[in-house]
Amino acid sequence: MSSESAQSSGGSTVEYIQHHLTNLCVGNCDPVTHKAAGFWALHVDTVFFSCLLAALIVFVAQRLGASLQADKPGGFQNFIETIIDFVSTQVRDSFPGHNPIIAPLALTIFLWVWLMNFMDLIPVDLLPLIGSMFGIDYLKVVPTTDLSTTMAMSLTVFGLILYYNIKVKGAVGYMKMFLFHPFGKFFVPVNVVMTAIEELAKPLSLGLRLFGNMFAGELVFLLIALIGGSAAIGAGLLLIVPLQIVLDLAWLIFHILVITLQAFIFMVLTIVYLGMAHTEADDH
Amino acid sequence: MNITVTLFAQVAAFIALIYFVNKVLWTPMSTMLADRQKRIADGLAAAEKGKKDQELAEKNAKQQIAEAKKQAAEIVSQAQKRSNDIVEEAKDIARVEADRIVTAANAEIEQEINRAKESLRKEVSSIAVAGASKVLKKEVDAKAHADLLNDLAAQI
Repeated sequence: MSSESAQSSGGSTVEYIQHHLTNLCVGNCDPVTHKAAGFWALHVDTVFFSCLLAALIVFVAQRLGASLQADKPGGFQNFIETIIDFVSTQVRDSFPGHNPIIAPLALTIFLWVWLMNFMDLIPVDLLPLIGSMFGIDYLKVVPTTDLSTTMAMSLTVFGLILYYNIKVKGAVGYMKMFLFHPFGKFFVPVNVVMTAIEELAKPLSLGLRLFGNMFAGELVFLLIALIGGSAAIGAGLLLIVPLQIVLDLAWLIFHILVITLQAFIFMVLTIVYLGMAHTEADDH
Repeated sequence: MNITVTLFAQVAAFIALIYFVNKVLWTPMSTMLADRQKRIADGLAAAEKGKKDQELAEKNAKQQIAEAKKQAAEIVSQAQKRSNDIVEEAKDIARVEADRIVTAANAEIEQEINRAKESLRKEVSSIAVAGASKVLKKEVDAKAHADLLNDLAAQI
């Protein structure tokens, strides 16, 4: 915990939290709030950490691929095999038909989202502190607490949903789904609205669910980090600091479950949505 | 939320990562896993086949052993029969030989007896004459009593 929040008042607490929830914005940014103000605003920290983790996945995968042993798999290979087996089981269970892109897509989502979520488990002040030593004032280390990341993924998935809907059902079939689903041909206007909402809800719920969970988790970590800071004076420290450690540990352990669950949900819903896109339109 | 260049950067990163994960991680791993699955299945099938072959061979061996036992028993019984035959034959031969020997011996004995009788017959008359002359203290005319003596000798 830093000394600045030790001289705490209500204002600096809010400042501390807001500071931590501000991205390192480059380009078209608001000079006061450091929020993105226009299209050309790049959240450098988000892009940096997500690309770093993506590079880590590719690097480790390449290392593993070079030493792949079919007969006597080592410990790490076993671990990755378990994950791949798990993902392909999910794909088999919830995806009808066969599409070779689904399984690697699901695997990518699971690994990447999990690793990005995992950044949440790093102590909240550690990386910003290191960053401030190098003159970086704002640093938000968890890419999935940035809507840009989660919506980027969900919109990509949405693009795939649209593509496969049109590919499998045909443009006309997809239009018919909008017109005659779910209430049949006598409720065309209602059907269009309902189906549009249904389709748009998919990417929105995907992206917002992940963002909301991770943002809230990060916020709780920040609040726990504030406990020790608010009790800088004397004997209170003896009581408050252990409390902070215990709470932090509890939330940390619980959060391991949350990050895995969120990565899993994102993956499974992607598979399910794409599976729905692959089914032929049923006539009502 | 603003639509910013960050969103597009993340989309690009996501698509690139899908491509790389597919190329570097998914394809080699799933190929290897499929290969392994196939190898395991093949191995199990081969083991199953081997087991079946072994069972068959065992059955074959049992059958052959049973046949061999039967043959051996047959041979033994034949040998026994043959040995019995040989013994019987030998007995027969021995009996015939013994009969022959006994007959020959009997014939010889008969001959000896006859010969002894003959020589006794020849001597008896002279012994009788000598005895009689000793009794009568005079010479008995052997010629005169020749018929009598011959009768006597014939009675022996």
